[in-house]
Amino acid sequence: MLSRVADSIFWMNRYIERAENVARFIDVNWHLMLDSDGSAADDQWLALVNTTGDHAEFAKHYDKVTRDNVIKFLSFDENNGNSILRCVRAARENARTVRDVISSEMWEQINTFHLMVREASASGKALESPHEFFNQVKNASHLFLGITDTTMSHGEGWNFARLGQMIERCDKTSRILDVKYNMLNARNTADADAIQWAAILKSASALEMYRKTHRRITPERVVEFLMFDFEFPRAVLFCLAAADHALHSITHTPQGQAKMPAEQLMSELYRDLTTTTVSDVLASGLHQYVDALQTRLNQVGIAIDNDFFSSEETLPVKKSTQILTQTQTQGASVQTQKQG
Amino acid sequence: MSFSAYRTDGFYDELFESDGRPRATAQILIDRLSSLSDLEIARRQQDAETAFLRMGITFNVYGDGAGTEKIFPFDLIPRIVEAKEWEWIERGLKQRIHVLNLFINDIYHDQKIIKDGVIPEEIIKSAKSFRPQCLGLKPPRGIWCHVTGTDLVRNGDGTVYVLEDNLRCPSGVSYVLENRQVMKRTFPQVFEKSHVRPVEDYPNRLLDALHYVCPNIENPCAALMTPGIYNSAYYEHAFLAQQMGIELVEGRDLVVADGQLNMRTTKGLRRVDVLYRRVDDDFLDPEAFRADSMLGVAGLMEVYKSGRVALVNAPGTGIADDKVIYAYVPAMIKYYLKEDPILSNVPTYLCWEKKDRDHTLANLEKLVVKAANESGGYGMLIGPSSTAAQRDEFAAKINANPRNYIAQPTLSLSRVPVLVNSNYEGRHVDLRPYIIYGKDIYVLPGGLTRVALKKGSLVVNSSQGGGSKDTWVLFR
Repeated sequence: MLSRVADSIFWMNRYIERAENVARFIDVNWHLMLDSDGSAADDQWLALVNTTGDHAEFAKHYDKVTRDNVIKFLSFDENNGNSILRCVRAARENARTVRDVISSEMWEQINTFHLMVREASASGKALESPHEFFNQVKNASHLFLGITDTTMSHGEGWNFARLGQMIERCDKTSRILDVKYNMLNARNTADADAIQWAAILKSASALEMYRKTHRRITPERVVEFLMFDFEFPRAVLFCLAAADHALHSITHTPQGQAKMPAEQLMSELYRDLTTTTVSDVLASGLHQYVDALQTRLNQVGIAIDNDFFSSEETLPVKKSTQILTQTQTQGASVQTQKQG
Repeated sequence: MSFSAYRTDGFYDELFESDGRPRATAQILIDRLSSLSDLEIARRQQDAETAFLRMGITFNVYGDGAGTEKIFPFDLIPRIVEAKEWEWIERGLKQRIHVLNLFINDIYHDQKIIKDGVIPEEIIKSAKSFRPQCLGLKPPRGIWCHVTGTDLVRNGDGTVYVLEDNLRCPSGVSYVLENRQVMKRTFPQVFEKSHVRPVEDYPNRLLDALHYVCPNIENPCAALMTPGIYNSAYYEHAFLAQQMGIELVEGRDLVVADGQLNMRTTKGLRRVDVLYRRVDDDFLDPEAFRADSMLGVAGLMEVYKSGRVALVNAPGTGIADDKVIYAYVPAMIKYYLKEDPILSNVPTYLCWEKKDRDHTLANLEKLVVKAANESGGYGMLIGPSSTAAQRDEFAAKINANPRNYIAQPTLSLSRVPVLVNSNYEGRHVDLRPYIIYGKDIYVLPGGLTRVALKKGSLVVNSSQGGGSKDTWVLFR
């Protein structure tokens, strides 16, 4: 498979997953707001922007933190490279460059997805009925994944898609946990706290599955479920296992061994998580733990880029929790030729 | 939706006789269209357009902001070509491609046609698309123009003419295939009864031709080279690569190493044996052609010359696209084959000859003037619809560089009905069949019918507001 193609497929899926998770972020915050007394509403929306890691960009373009501003910024803002609109567009641009590799059905779905978001952005309806719009985004993303699984051979390309999707999901589930940390309204009663933890679970579509496993909602068990569950498909550990598996399927290195830096870093991270318990996490502080996890995920992402995508220059592996974006440049974009 | 108000307005209509009755070949179609309500027709047109949008079948327009995608407008009513007429067109095209290939080969080798005084040397040497780098090249199997999209038009009296030979990177064939898909979905019943020849074989034929030019390789690795997603025909490049199951590559994916052409993959370099390149000669290799090209591969021409990679089409074929050289094709056919041309050329005035130039300058308001080396409807003057200022501009251009201009009478292009706001109205069309030169010469039954959607307009190019229709070549 061409390096450029692998890169595009990887990022195509990352951006789709990212768009879905931004929708989940907003949705959870929305529900938390509806269940609160509303006294610290704007603070709570600010916390959401902080969670996504794009607060500097937000401050540049908006003077006030309001619900509508935040939703606009995270959903449709052209200046925010991680807005739903920009993510879906980036996914589509990547899909365009690999149209010959993905199935027509996948392309059609990503294209329809893009048209839907563009339409919602232009019509302003998303602000009137946000829940409906965010649901559409989630469903469009699920449809894309389903189509991918059923129409594309599960070979190298599919594994790069899976790898991108799982790394992104890992990162985002950990950030959803961080939303709770960022809740500034600390004067919670125990009841309010349980409601908030339930909302967190809901935003990862995890509430029902959680109930089946643990039934009663306690902070420890929620963190444990979203971090360390082996079976729930949005749990961090599940995603890491899937990413590790995809990576090894690409390289044909036996599971448990590592030949390339990316495999090395990924396996280490996975192993560390399997030996960590929820009490370790809470002892070191949830936020700090999540931060460290995101930094290591970013290092894996950069190593993947070095090992497979960039044939010449090697990127420095920096320590950062900043959200990674695609480094690919459209080299040929400036020059055009006319064709008859 | 009835055709009772439809008028041919004195033009040759592809679906109607001059007295307003449907042509025999179009009867089933017209009956079916007439039996559907306005609403039903509108719904189907809408469905078809939605299908194109959802499938993302778009092209980019230059000078309209980088990366602007537009849907190629599609009109539901097909153009029909009867079997016998097609058989004659097919023979004519085969003859023409055969000769053009002989001509290109001759020009880059012995230049007998110049020595025998059929074509002046000056014309060849001054052609912008002449590539001295190609002199002496021996393309695999002796084939230069593997893929051609010849533009045909029909004049008011019913005569079919060749308007242009496109031997470089003709585009549009993907629309032929997609239009057909959409038509089958939209009008299954009409389609079934009409006995239309299928077009779906094209990707197979193309792949066969790509493999044919790698004679000594067991399982040749073919790739399609695109300038990238900002190219107007990018959609088509991806579509064809997908249909053939070959890699779609850009210049930056390719590298010359150890005297071979390779692509960069996740598992290292992999050899490429044949490149269906949709990048113009100029941009192909910065070492051989334009040094500032960022779309090409350094050293590609050297590999090509050593016979380690095949290029489709071969570099240098553009020489036969020059509109001055076009005028000599009938003479070439006589010269190389000792045959009469089956398909006629449009009468052409060559401005580099004084007599023709004087005639052109004196009749600008009646003629169509074209730059010898432009395509896509750029650099043209359509006399009857031009302003005095435009004519002055072209007169000055012609006088400054007579070699670069030709003139032709303004043809009264044939028409086909199109849907305009719940009405049928006639619009001018041309036809671009696609020809593949591999083991033998294959003509895709059908082609791209381009239609000038603007009332009265004669310019059908997609870059100039043209649309397209499905083209039905009948079995009998």
